Amino acid sequence: METKKSKFGIKEVVAIGIGTALFVVLTEVAIPLGFIPNTALQVRAGMLAFIAALFGPIVGGVVGLLGHALGDAVFYGSVWWSWVIPDAVFGIAVGLFAKKFAINDGGFDGKKIALFNVVQVVANAVAWILCAPVLDIVIYKEPANKVFLQGIWAFIGDVIICAIIGSLLGFGYSKIKGSSSSLSKED
Amino acid sequence: MSRVLSYEEKNTWIHRLCGVTKLIFFLLWSLTSMLTYDTRVLLVMLVLSIVILRASKTEWRQIGTVFKFILFFLFINLIAIYVLAPNQGTLIYGTDTYVCHLFKGHDLNQEMIFYEINVFLKYMTVVPTVFIFLVTTNPSEFAASMNRVGISYKIGYAIAISLRYIPDIQSDFVKIKNAQQARGIEMAKKAPFFQRIKHICAILFPLVFSSMDRIDVVSNAMELRGFGKHKKRTWYMGKALKKSDYIVVAFVVLFSAVALFVTFRDGSRFYNPFI
Repeated sequence: METKKSKFGIKEVVAIGIGTALFVVLTEVAIPLGFIPNTALQVRAGMLAFIAALFGPIVGGVVGLLGHALGDAVFYGSVWWSWVIPDAVFGIAVGLFAKKFAINDGGFDGKKIALFNVVQVVANAVAWILCAPVLDIVIYKEPANKVFLQGIWAFIGDVIICAIIGSLLGFGYSKIKGSSSSLSKED
Repeated sequence: MSRVLSYEEKNTWIHRLCGVTKLIFFLLWSLTSMLTYDTRVLLVMLVLSIVILRASKTEWRQIGTVFKFILFFLFINLIAIYVLAPNQGTLIYGTDTYVCHLFKGHDLNQEMIFYEINVFLKYMTVVPTVFIFLVTTNPSEFAASMNRVGISYKIGYAIAISLRYIPDIQSDFVKIKNAQQARGIEMAKKAPFFQRIKHICAILFPLVFSSMDRIDVVSNAMELRGFGKHKKRTWYMGKALKKSDYIVVAFVVLFSAVALFVTFRDGSRFYNPFI
């Protein structure tokens, strides 16, 4: 991101690749959340929010799409498309504000963390309360009250996990990046 | 890597197919199964996919654990549908054929059983194709053949990188987990909520940050080798599309078209045996 020659450079290619791999591996790490099927506190959601906030909408969207599809495929042997697409939507939505968060510049604190959380709550709402249930009904014809209940659970879970893990990852990484220079001004 | 589906080299005609052919097959197949709710179509698809799975010489030990896992989730899902919407069947098929009474507000009728069977079939038609795709496709060859059919090689490369690094990051994950456990940080099931999050963070942070370093290392290496300089690149694992590939693609396109025609001929996605 040093030079502005291309929106989709080497770094983005690699970030998509490794981000997706990370997302897939983290599929295993989840904290169950009640009895409603296929909803749990997904640690990977927090990590997706972080990747999207760091690398922008393209990387966020593709990691969400590819990571979710691939993760479901290798761990669960089936791809539930109506829940894959919302993850991509979420990645894109958070990624759109990547410049504002400025994680790489070491300034991710206070106001920016607040902004990050506002963005992630809205993005989660669009993805899980709007996209996922509607797609479930359109694609799979599942009962409406079941999918909305699932959607709301997923929304709550993801908001919590993004608020905690997403913010902490952003804050920690921003600190490391910001203080990467070992030079200090001499008096 | 115990529970995960991964590529295994064998010599069958399915393994010899081009990766993209298998991807097209998988995508069209799951699209068809998403759109249709016609029981007859689903049954034909189920039988066909099992036949193909047999032909790929996939063994139970490769897919067994994952398959049991899927069944578990599927049954929870089916139960949840019944508990939350016991009249979904009647809503769809329009009739109500009483079978027995279960508990308050939940009579069991034939339409509901039939609807649940359809949901079950819908899942089961896709599962074997996912298995086939993952177990018979070599990741490097897949990236190469995606480029061959016109997808930008950067996207192909991103996918190849992710497939390539899943095992690495997984082993990182296990190493970090073991190291933290040695320090007494346990991902225990019974710990209170916030403590569990704290413990997960103790694993997550090193994992994510080392992955960020990895992104730097890999992208620097690729930059040094001039990745992205030219519009084209050559592939070591590339395979040309052969006659069998065209036959498979033609088959799946034809099959999907016929399946969707049969499904929607009467103007509904559902096959209704009740009228």
